[in-house]
Amino acid sequence: MKHIRNFCIIAHIDHGKSTLADRLLDFTGSVTERDKKEQLLDNMDLERERGITIKSHAIQMEYTYEGEKYILNLIDTPGHVDFSYEVSRSIAACEGALLVVDAAQSIQAQTISNLYLALENDLEIIPVLNKVDLPSANPEEVTDDIVDLLGCDPEDVIPASAKTGIGIGEILKAIIERIPAPKGNVDEPLQALVFDSVYNPFRGVETYFRVINGQISKGQKIKFVATGKNYYADEVGTLKLTQLPRPTIKAGDVGYLITGIKDAREVKVGDTITDADNPTKNPIEGFEDVKPMVFAGIYPVDTEDFEELRSSMEKLQLNDASLVFTPESSAALGFGFRCGFLGMLHMEIIQERLEREFDMTVITTVPNVSYQAFTKKNPDAPITVNNPSDLPDPSTLDRVEEPYIKATIITKADYVGNVMSLCIEKRGQITNQTYLTTERVELNFDMPLAEIVFDFYDRLKTVSRGYASFDYAPIGMRVSKLVRVDILLNAQPVDALSALIHADNAANIGKKMCEKLKELIPRQQFDIPIQAAIGAKIISRETIKALRKDVTAKCYGGDISRKRKLLEKQKKGKKRMRQVGNVEIPQQAFMAVLKLND
Amino acid sequence: MAGVYIHIPFCKQACHYCDFHFSTSLKKKEEMLLALEKELLMRKEELTGQVVDTIYFGGGTPSVLDTQETDRLIQTVLDHYVVGEDPEITLEANPDDLSSEKLGHFAVSKVNRLSIGVQSFFDEDLRFMNRAHNAEQARATLAMAREQFDNISIDLIYGIPIAEDERWKQNIEIALSYQVPHISSYALTVEPGTALKKFIDKGIVPEVDDEKAEAQFRHLVTTLESAGFLHYELSNFGKPGYFSRNNTAYWQGKTYLGIGPSAHSFNGQQRSWNISNNTLYIKGIQQGRLPAETEILTQRDLYNEYVMTGLRTMWGVSLQRIEQEFGSHFREYLLRQAERHLEDQYLYLDGDTLRVSLKGKFLSDGLAADLFMLPLEKKT
Repeated sequence: MKHIRNFCIIAHIDHGKSTLADRLLDFTGSVTERDKKEQLLDNMDLERERGITIKSHAIQMEYTYEGEKYILNLIDTPGHVDFSYEVSRSIAACEGALLVVDAAQSIQAQTISNLYLALENDLEIIPVLNKVDLPSANPEEVTDDIVDLLGCDPEDVIPASAKTGIGIGEILKAIIERIPAPKGNVDEPLQALVFDSVYNPFRGVETYFRVINGQISKGQKIKFVATGKNYYADEVGTLKLTQLPRPTIKAGDVGYLITGIKDAREVKVGDTITDADNPTKNPIEGFEDVKPMVFAGIYPVDTEDFEELRSSMEKLQLNDASLVFTPESSAALGFGFRCGFLGMLHMEIIQERLEREFDMTVITTVPNVSYQAFTKKNPDAPITVNNPSDLPDPSTLDRVEEPYIKATIITKADYVGNVMSLCIEKRGQITNQTYLTTERVELNFDMPLAEIVFDFYDRLKTVSRGYASFDYAPIGMRVSKLVRVDILLNAQPVDALSALIHADNAANIGKKMCEKLKELIPRQQFDIPIQAAIGAKIISRETIKALRKDVTAKCYGGDISRKRKLLEKQKKGKKRMRQVGNVEIPQQAFMAVLKLND
Repeated sequence: MAGVYIHIPFCKQACHYCDFHFSTSLKKKEEMLLALEKELLMRKEELTGQVVDTIYFGGGTPSVLDTQETDRLIQTVLDHYVVGEDPEITLEANPDDLSSEKLGHFAVSKVNRLSIGVQSFFDEDLRFMNRAHNAEQARATLAMAREQFDNISIDLIYGIPIAEDERWKQNIEIALSYQVPHISSYALTVEPGTALKKFIDKGIVPEVDDEKAEAQFRHLVTTLESAGFLHYELSNFGKPGYFSRNNTAYWQGKTYLGIGPSAHSFNGQQRSWNISNNTLYIKGIQQGRLPAETEILTQRDLYNEYVMTGLRTMWGVSLQRIEQEFGSHFREYLLRQAERHLEDQYLYLDGDTLRVSLKGKFLSDGLAADLFMLPLEKKT
């Protein structure tokens, strides 16, 4: 055990986490030339394209240092706030962390919140100053920032460039010398932490774990504590670039487990694996059932595809247990599903995966958070509102509560004013303001989660010229003055476009929604009135004028081919639209409220 | 029956709205004529077994040629192709090219139909479009042409931003007073890359107003129909017996051979188009090679094209022909797609023929697109 080191990498998006991981694999000879490609661990296409890590990954390297052979387990964590629970479990599986900071951009909000998580878990932190080779790098100042933050010695900060390979040797040396070897007892009952799971269509769910105490062997009868289910370990092994089956994985080490589980929901991140016959008395602390934060309707563009959508969603859920969905129906869109997501990125990913992996074109409705409504009749019994149309009639309402979060924003001092105005506009209340350095300020706000769903990130980036970074954590429910704003197209209410909005903002948002829809819905053969309403009261109105001319004057020999292709394209576009009443609504119009300020 | 189209890619000056292929330099005219003749020889096999019943000089401005030049090309067709007894031979001409002398020459040449680019009988409109002629020339030429030719078509443009409805009505009245048997009338269209587009983008010229264009179109249709014209294609009106054979071939999916740069050819199954560059065209032909691209049309492409062109014409889309040429599932598909528009009366069924109603005419591209069949999306 004294030759094992378990570590993760904490970094902000684009600060070079995946590249550093590639370089470590390279340096330790864990990859052959043939297997080399950029961002080796991000093996989903989506991850590579977006440059973010969505799933946790793990890989084992071997490295000989001063004549002794060490086993280094790198646990790569997701890089987005939507997946912060997974990050926390990965951190709990490690004894150390590389804190990677971009030498030009310095420390960002998310880095700090993950760093705090790591410190809470008593991880040894190795600060790495990455991208020192860039002309824009500012190593002295950023080193000072790191020293201020960690209270470490400037000598402890390792200058590096994951891209060119500078500092990789020093990093490996620090991993071995500074990160403590895992502690644990092989003779105690099995106690292993599940930090991720991956769905393999041929082998079922692969569970990634870290053994804290005891050992896990092929053929052993095991138990997942949280779910209470027993399985046989069909295969255990080590995660090299590919899986390497082994008879036993002992305390301190990281591995994978295959039990033939076919449904990802049976393997919960944070759960404890123990021996079924000799179970541990101490499940690992910190297990939570992950709860969705954002809800939206997902509907097939073509109503006939409902069953196909169901089966696609079920398949998707097999490998993404955090996706939840229940069938719902909408007067406008017919049958679909109300889905719960970890956050907006997660929602986008699900939508994209449905299109890519299942060829399902879907309509996603306006996302909302989960509210609790209380009626006058029964003021102590909460009614969960995951869909604006579930809100009880206003006359019967006692109150509505909405989820609040604590927002942490780190920005340059110059933009504090802008950031504050934005957060106040978004109903935020400032709770704290700290100067991390003379240039960098940390701001804390209590804010409604719903306000973050609605175009917050983009605007934060704009008002801070890209400098502000952002993280959040839920802090419970609070009473709010919410009303439902309905949208009527051609005098017909379109329930899928309804949104719950704070009463003070309703008029303004209703107006913007009408304007945005006017922009997004193409002109049709007749005038289309667009109205926003609260109950029976119309608060805003726009009209899409009828299309008067939709024909080209000339159609001769040289025009036919070009014109056919043009009209084919037009038809393709229309196929992605949804007909509600006699109005054709493009996919993106259903998300219009998210982009009201574009 | 088949058509031969010959593209004459030269113009004296560029009209502000035109996106056809042309050059305003006449330096290569002789080389071009030789290339056109050679292409006619190179491609004669393509019309084997077909009788040519129409030859059409389009452009560009074919009237920059003299009668000897047009006759050379016509003679080449007569010598190497099977030509019917009474072929229609059309020359597109601009009023400023047609002096009384030149008209006289054309009248005794093999050309038997003129398509005159009048566009408007008002100087303000002509200047707006940067036409090379004025209103006076238009009237004079038309009067002279009428004496020499029976089969005359004129072009008129409506929806000009600076032209009020009253002026458009007068344009139609003047056109009718010359007793021409055929009128092609186009909505002014802002094509990308044209001077007109640039002027509108810069705000120099007001935008084309669809509502106004539609009102003018309706006036055009009712006036010409009551004057005895048949509205046989969206932009074409003819007295019985005077429909353009050349253009009708395009809309009825007949075979045509397009000679010259940018010209398109079609043989019922494949379409090809020559390169849109005079120098490269001449060079290719001189080397004995046709600088052209080809596409082979699938059943679905042919169906889409038939729907698209059929809806523009008075012949409509024949369900029987759909069934015969494409099969019953195409017919069923078509009717299913048309359902909504039949209900809203943009389309109507006349026996076994699907047609666009008057209120649907100005929307017929969108209607056609709705009836199109797309390739099946691949399911993995």
